[in-house]
Amino acid sequence: MNTVQATRLVAAREIRVKLRDRTFLFSTLLFLLIAAAATVLPPLLSGGPSSVAVTAQAAGPLRDAGLEVRTVPDDRAAEQAVRDGEVDAAVVSGPTVLALDEAPDDVVNALSTQPPVRLLDPDAVDPVAAFLVPFVFAFIFFITSQVFGVQIAQSIVEEKQTRIVEILVAAVPVRALLAGKLVAGTVLALGQIALVALVAVAGMAFSDAGGLLPLLGPAIGWFIPFFLLGFVLVAAMWAAAGALVNRQEDIAGVSTPVQLAVMLPFFAVVFLNDNATAMRFLSYLPFSSPTAMPLRLFTGDAAVWEPVLALVLLLVAAAAFLLAGARVYEGALLRTNGRTSIRAAWRSRETVG
Amino acid sequence: MVSVRRRTAGAGAASSVVAVTSVLRLDGVDRSFGDRQALKNVSFEVAAGRMTGFVGGNGAGKTTTMRIILGVLAADAGQVTWQGAPVSREARRRFGYMPEERGLYPKMSVREQVVHLGRLHGMTAEAARRSTDALLERVGLTERADDLLETLSLGNQQRAQIAAALVHDPEVLVLDEPFSGLDPLAVDTVVGVLRERAAAGVPVLFSSHQLDVVERLCDDLVIIAGGMIRAAGSREQLRRTYTSPRFELVVDTDAGWLRDEPGVTLVDLDGARAVFDLAPGADEQPVLRAALARGPVRAFRPVTPSLTEIFREVAQ
Repeated sequence: MNTVQATRLVAAREIRVKLRDRTFLFSTLLFLLIAAAATVLPPLLSGGPSSVAVTAQAAGPLRDAGLEVRTVPDDRAAEQAVRDGEVDAAVVSGPTVLALDEAPDDVVNALSTQPPVRLLDPDAVDPVAAFLVPFVFAFIFFITSQVFGVQIAQSIVEEKQTRIVEILVAAVPVRALLAGKLVAGTVLALGQIALVALVAVAGMAFSDAGGLLPLLGPAIGWFIPFFLLGFVLVAAMWAAAGALVNRQEDIAGVSTPVQLAVMLPFFAVVFLNDNATAMRFLSYLPFSSPTAMPLRLFTGDAAVWEPVLALVLLLVAAAAFLLAGARVYEGALLRTNGRTSIRAAWRSRETVG
Repeated sequence: MVSVRRRTAGAGAASSVVAVTSVLRLDGVDRSFGDRQALKNVSFEVAAGRMTGFVGGNGAGKTTTMRIILGVLAADAGQVTWQGAPVSREARRRFGYMPEERGLYPKMSVREQVVHLGRLHGMTAEAARRSTDALLERVGLTERADDLLETLSLGNQQRAQIAAALVHDPEVLVLDEPFSGLDPLAVDTVVGVLRERAAAGVPVLFSSHQLDVVERLCDDLVIIAGGMIRAAGSREQLRRTYTSPRFELVVDTDAGWLRDEPGVTLVDLDGARAVFDLAPGADEQPVLRAALARGPVRAFRPVTPSLTEIFREVAQ
């Protein structure tokens, strides 16, 4: 049996155990519900034309505009209907539009004539989407790498804490143990995201927001390789952190730098996403490029070569962190007395033939 | 008490006759942790088909030695060979190991994790399943096979641990304190399983601080203290080498006169009952005759020294 087969066995066990874990199943279900709700509900809730109270002689144009018209005997009754909340708006002589606290755009439009509009850059992103989409990308990367990173660390600590690690290390190469866990974590994370994405896309198609999909396509296409490499980078840090301690309670203590390394870039991207210079920098920085570069691609201000360069930088960083993480993991894995320092772990790898 | 003598016991001389090649051998193994030298020039053999007890106090180096055999730790110097060749990772995969600190996956069923460990040792899924079912039957866990490990009693978890060490039908067995935490029934089960393996030609090395269990079980004995092997060989050989002949005498009156007999060292005197050691080369018959001359002799017999005494003598 070689390292690849051992890795596959280790990964298969991790996945099998996770797929039976109630917390994992529940959180996946929750994400799916959120994705469905976020895409399906808003159009449904905001939907429906305004209801408007109006006297019979003024009702014509409103009815033509598809509004829900209720005829009232006079202006006073119309106003009372609005005050009582029976209708969204009323049109009284003038004509004046009455509403409680918000101007009813559809009623106003029905009564106005508008100049023709010609869009010169019809692909430009609607500002709401321009804010939401990058936020969603950053959020997915942030949450997923934290959640699955913690799980990788927990699984490593479980093996140390229960001491089964000694049997495992005697049977398979240490690298296969680590690789198996990282592969399993990546597969589960990607699988969960793919499921959520599928539900979100279905929800958008269902609720007629499908116009956004062609725009999202390239950004999603780039997000996947960035996500994969970024995830490996973060997971390698979590694995090293997990190997340094012996008890689940101690993970929080060693993982603060790891959490900051994910959290700070996340907030940077969220808060600086309209600052072009900052975003350019963040889109090359390996910790933030998984979220910043897809965002720049989405808003269309990145040249063709830029994501390629950022991806290469991320690949180099991920490889370096993976090697360093593996070394710390190997050095710390069998130290089952208290917490191991990174320095001690770095130096004390056993070199068994 | 016992006089201090240091003699070399021909290590494994009696055992290695069986099959010279099927021997697990350690040669001059050194290991330090920082400034502390945990093992100094450790050499001994575990022969095929023999149960070899590995005895030593806390911190003597038993666990470190076993970890080095299994490749969990690296030796600073020296080497471990199996069947004449340095032990490779591939060879170690066919070793069975029970670490001192127990542990399996708490959230996995007994059967599933034993199968998993079998597969990690290179078995096919089918072979691992068959072997697991047979072993769980053997250690009496069939009814709990599908329960999560954490729901089992500690004794049953220990049985599962034995199954985990044996699932891949190992060529060599290394067990660190396999009997600690077992009730007498479970000890018997485990002893039975280990004896079967030894009878099938597997070298079995097991450590224990329960010297009575080791005494009952082992064919050969390796005694380690302060990181150095103090004695190694068959049990009888060590007994002969490290203890003086000891006898028990029961007479009708006070046996205090034994004190003045030539070559006799009194170990214990309780009125008419006495336990004494004879100087090397001295004959016990004159002592018996002297006793008979003083009156009736109710008992006169050799006392087999226990392992504890050998251990005390060797490991101090």
